Amino acid sequence: MSAHDTTSGKAPMSYLDYTVGTPVADTRAPAGPIEQRWDQRRFEAKLVNPANRRKHTVIVVGTGLAGGAAGATLAEQGYHVVQFCFQDSPRRAHSIAAQGGINAAKNYRNDGDSIRRLFYDTVKGGDFRARESNVHRLAQVSVEIIDQCVAQGVPFAREYGGLLDTRSFGGVQVSRTFYARGQTGQQLLLGAYQALSRQIAAGNVELHARTEMLDLIVIDGRARGIVARDLVTGEIRTHLADAVVLATGGYGNVFYLSTNAKNSNATAIWRAHRRGAYFANPCFTQIHPTCIPRSGDHQSKLTLMSESLRNDGRIWVPKAKGDTRPPAQIPEDERDYYLERIYPAFGNLVPRDIASRAAKVVCDEGRGVGPGGQGVYLDFADAIARLGRAAVEAKYGNLFEMYERITAEDPYTVPMRIYPAIHYTMGGLWVDYDLQTTVPGLFAIGEANFSDHGANRLGASALMQGLADGYFVLPPTLNDYLGRTPLEPVPGDHPQLAEVEAEVTDRLNLILAVDGDRTPDSFHRELGELLWDNCGMARDEAGLRHALARIPELREEFWRRIKVPGTGAELNQALEKANRLVDYFELAELMCLDALHRAESCGGHFRTESATPEGEAARRDEEFTYAAAWEFSGTGDAPVLHKEELVFEHVHPTQRSYA
Amino acid sequence: MALWRSSVGKKAVMAVSGLVMLAYLVAHMLGNLKVFLGPDDLNGYAHWLRTIGQPVLHYGWFLWLARPVLVAAVVAHGVAAYQLSRRDLKARPQQYVHRRRQSTYATRTMRWGGVILGLFIVWHILDLTTLTVNPAAEEGHPYQNIVASFSTWYGGGIYCLAVLALGLHIRHGFWSAAQTLGVNNPRRDRALKFAANALALLLTVGFVSVPVAVMAGLVR
Amino acid sequence: MNLTLRIWRQQGPDTPGEMTIYQVSGISEDMSFLEMLDTLNEELILRGERPVAFDHDCREGICGACGMVINGQAHGPERTTTCQLHMRHFKDGDTIDVEPWRAGAFPVVRDLVVDRSALDRIIGSGGYITAPTGSAPEAHATAVPKEAADLAFEHAECIGCGACVAACPNGSAMLFTAAKVVHLNVLPQGAPERASRVRNMVGAMDAEGFGGCTNTGECATACPKGIPLTGIARLNREFLRS
Ligand SMILES: Cc1cc2nc3c(=O)[nH]c(=O)nc-3n(C[C@H](O)[C@H](O)[C@H](O)COP(=O)(O)OP(=O)(O)OC[C@H]3O[C@@H](n4cnc5c(N)ncnc54)[C@H](O)[C@@H]3O)c2cc1C
Ligand code: HEM
Ligand code: HEM
Ligand code: SF4
Ligand code: F3S
Ligand code: FES
Repeated sequence: MSAHDTTSGKAPMSYLDYTVGTPVADTRAPAGPIEQRWDQRRFEAKLVNPANRRKHTVIVVGTGLAGGAAGATLAEQGYHVVQFCFQDSPRRAHSIAAQGGINAAKNYRNDGDSIRRLFYDTVKGGDFRARESNVHRLAQVSVEIIDQCVAQGVPFAREYGGLLDTRSFGGVQVSRTFYARGQTGQQLLLGAYQALSRQIAAGNVELHARTEMLDLIVIDGRARGIVARDLVTGEIRTHLADAVVLATGGYGNVFYLSTNAKNSNATAIWRAHRRGAYFANPCFTQIHPTCIPRSGDHQSKLTLMSESLRNDGRIWVPKAKGDTRPPAQIPEDERDYYLERIYPAFGNLVPRDIASRAAKVVCDEGRGVGPGGQGVYLDFADAIARLGRAAVEAKYGNLFEMYERITAEDPYTVPMRIYPAIHYTMGGLWVDYDLQTTVPGLFAIGEANFSDHGANRLGASALMQGLADGYFVLPPTLNDYLGRTPLEPVPGDHPQLAEVEAEVTDRLNLILAVDGDRTPDSFHRELGELLWDNCGMARDEAGLRHALARIPELREEFWRRIKVPGTGAELNQALEKANRLVDYFELAELMCLDALHRAESCGGHFRTESATPEGEAARRDEEFTYAAAWEFSGTGDAPVLHKEELVFEHVHPTQRSYA
Repeated sequence: MALWRSSVGKKAVMAVSGLVMLAYLVAHMLGNLKVFLGPDDLNGYAHWLRTIGQPVLHYGWFLWLARPVLVAAVVAHGVAAYQLSRRDLKARPQQYVHRRRQSTYATRTMRWGGVILGLFIVWHILDLTTLTVNPAAEEGHPYQNIVASFSTWYGGGIYCLAVLALGLHIRHGFWSAAQTLGVNNPRRDRALKFAANALALLLTVGFVSVPVAVMAGLVR
Repeated sequence: MNLTLRIWRQQGPDTPGEMTIYQVSGISEDMSFLEMLDTLNEELILRGERPVAFDHDCREGICGACGMVINGQAHGPERTTTCQLHMRHFKDGDTIDVEPWRAGAFPVVRDLVVDRSALDRIIGSGGYITAPTGSAPEAHATAVPKEAADLAFEHAECIGCGACVAACPNGSAMLFTAAKVVHLNVLPQGAPERASRVRNMVGAMDAEGFGGCTNTGECATACPKGIPLTGIARLNREFLRS
């Protein structure tokens, strides 16, 4: 089967790689006017008597914006929180790296912003694959986030009058992005970390740093704890609780090269998935167009350059294939400013997914620049001529410096080279309006869940979502769960505990026992490349099928050839990597399957078969207006697809157009 | 006491005592320069020192009132230096295999410079106040005592060495005290460093000129 | 490039360590220092030897996880983090010494990994503004003069890497502590806890076994984020006025 008939309205469901199960539905969002749903939900929620909260233990895995905010807030409310992160300090969670800013519908500029507009922009930006009630709540809560962070001492940019400054970001018409120079994520995370540190010092949060969750404990159908490995001693231990919150971030590192921190990984959510939590929209990944290209095979990760550079830089490649002249020697009429040519209205400012794809197209044509032809120029010559070097320096000085430090090229005189890179994962554990997964008592917040961004995330909205979930949404819904659910203490000798612990230990021992001839990184690189080529910026059936055939082979090879020196009873970073890889293999397969089954293009998911005559993404709403929630049924076994139909009552699906 | 218990507080005590001593030394140096005006001037000055405050105070009382302050300063400074240094050495139990000199320069000069100064003060008092070790030992005639002391090679040598140590100590110490007492800020930083250098130079030249002059035979 | 590395290898906190010599070849100038170590580790794994353990995560100079003393300098010869140090600052044939942060308050965990949790405990002792979730006033209720906001930001940039402690001959955490005290104490939001914050944080710093400050200034020279030395003066002032 090659090309789809995009007009028949019928997807050829001929794949045998999965089965379709009963639909899932979000039963938690109250009906009624969308503006009142969140109030209504909070009103209906059962409360836990403050005196009784101390008796409840809640596990929070992760200390990023989502986890840090949740841990601090739950502890303030009186719960006993046991919190985990694999870094040596909660302050190092990957959220620290976010640069650009955080959205909030404050309308301080009086430029027509409102909760409704933020809601609208986010639903549309997500290409109509997100749930309206969730997104509306996000927009509502955004306002409180800024208040909260300012009270904590987050040093947002301010104007001379002492009031908060905002900027516009990511192709939005209003100025609603709050920022702290290029370090917004850092400053927001430090705010949450400091609040969390206060609770740790007060004894309300028991922190386990350098400890990695390796499995979930489910007893009588409810999440009751986790099995975690102390990364220093190697000790594997069960931690029990009344509820478990996963705030473990995204899974972009399955691609090996991404803008994510090196140790970000998918193990926590994947293990939860294996224990019954549905995984939604795994193929929805976001690719950021302006990253520094890789300089060679040694490259270990990619560095993001702020999107703001596209405001003044012009993107081009040589017109001719294989033109290796230095950029300065390529005359004006032999350059192709392809974004300006194809999208005259938006030019260099088209959305992330479009800019990324266009770069891929020209590089695939053999017109890419730099090592391996994997790059395009982002040229500031015109801007410097127009505004003067000083003005450009004032605006982008620190970014230019960073670029020069990494590449040893001076962007004032030589055009920058950029290339798209994996940046964010919209998919994640399926959660209802309460942020609860399909395993009762297991909640997922932040990038770890799939909730608010649909098929594409707008700039500056991940920070907003992480903090919204952690500070404002999770605490009342978790309260409700604990208030309603009679929970018996889990006996320490419950057979399930020993069983899961043994499974975890066996897996590590198996890896150590192979003693083969390939390193964890070599496998990870190969898997990443396979995914990037076939499940990256543009996807087609043949490629996805190829990847689906290749991944099991690679997995099999892994179990034959992996080599990890040392033991499990010590700090063993190679073992950590190898163990994460085991989960990446399975996740990668599900991503490809999800991408294959979704025979439409939407947001970050571009199926070449589903394009408009101009080559733009074409959604197929009749068949695919749903979130795909996958149920695990065994390694290599056909998973079960549960569809959550999405209903758009307030924002009506339209085709995105930027031409 | 809470101040004394914390490292930052103890450091402040050290800075204040250091500055007290520093103030004393500036006056002391100016007084010493009277050597160049001849024996009567200096001896008269030494006498005058003992008459300050008269008739309210008796002869010599002022000096006896100033001494406890100085002793307290020296003791507080020394004890704080000792306790802090011990703490500091314990806080870095293992050195780097790859050593770099710069990093420890200031701290090391402060520590051994301080010890030299401490020893010197003892010697100096035995020499010119109690006259125990002074070759001339003429009570009430400091001019003659000074000349006698500096005329021996070891006498002059000890003074020169001490004054050099003093210069180095002040050079870091004055700016350091400003930092410790929190009066430094980005705008003042350069001025303070300049002042520290100037003060160090002034004291060094001022103090060292006396033994040098004696040894060169200009003052006898 | 071909390089000789002398790397501190130490199994655990209680076992003695030593400098061990390794040769690496084929190092590209574009590699970061950590990518150079990755290359070495790949070889070690294939030889069945334990790879060199080191902390790292973002590799963008912002998480503060990475950190090693390279040729006696914390984070190496450039003013940046180890992950953002590139091999073009070294020459073919160089011998490079790599050691962990050294300070009494930072016990070695393994090889180049040290335990910096003492810094977290300093923050826990007062490095926050008490603002329980949901109790915040409208963000524009208090204007913050731009000067104060900028000063706060300059100090808020600290990434908690611990290079200041590693570089300080006294193993002092003054610059780190100053960065947080100044950040929070100059903001109106931080004013109510101004005095207790600085007292508690200095107390925690002393209790963790960090040395005192002799105003050596090495910390600020090593700091990849350029936290100014005058921050320490501000800390001292805050302490004395408390
Ligand atoms: C370079 C970059 C720039 C960005 N810029 C922006 C921006 O400008 N605006 C914006 O809105 N968004 C931005 N984003 C996206 C945003 O930063 C992230 O989506 C968001 O910070 C995720 O937060 P989180 O709390 O969900 O997870 P994370 O911050 O990733 O935290 C995950 C936590 O989980 C822990 N963890 C994970 N697995 C385990 C386990 N198995 N056991 C124990 N602990 C575990 C980790 O230790 C960590 O503490 C950017 C992302 C990148 C990569
Ligand atoms: C005789 C006159 C002396 C003067 C004028 C003097 C002055 C000073 C000053 C101003 C400081 C700086 C304090 C600070 O950093 O806040 C200082 C520091 C110091 N002094 Fe002295 N001092 C003197 C004698 C001594 C003696 C006798 C000792 C040793 C017992 C000593 C040991 C030190 C040490 C170790 C320091 C620490 C360096 C530092 O903290 O930067 N000093 N001194
Ligand atoms: C050229 C160098 C110096 C000369 C000629 C000199 C001379 C003297 C004399 C004559 C006295 C005795 C005063 C008296 O009893 O009437 C004295 C006392 C003293 N000097 Fe000096 N001095 C010199 C340098 C120094 C230095 C460098 C220091 C400190 C570091 C110092 C510290 C003192 C002290 C503490 C006393 C004792 C004060 C007292 O008796 O109460 N002097 N000096
Ligand atoms: S002050 Fe500088 S060196 Fe010290 S921890 Fe902070 S960023 Fe690192
Ligand atoms: S290097 Fe150390 S001595 Fe003070 S000025 Fe910095 S903490
Ligand atoms: S790895 Fe994050 S700062 Fe170096």
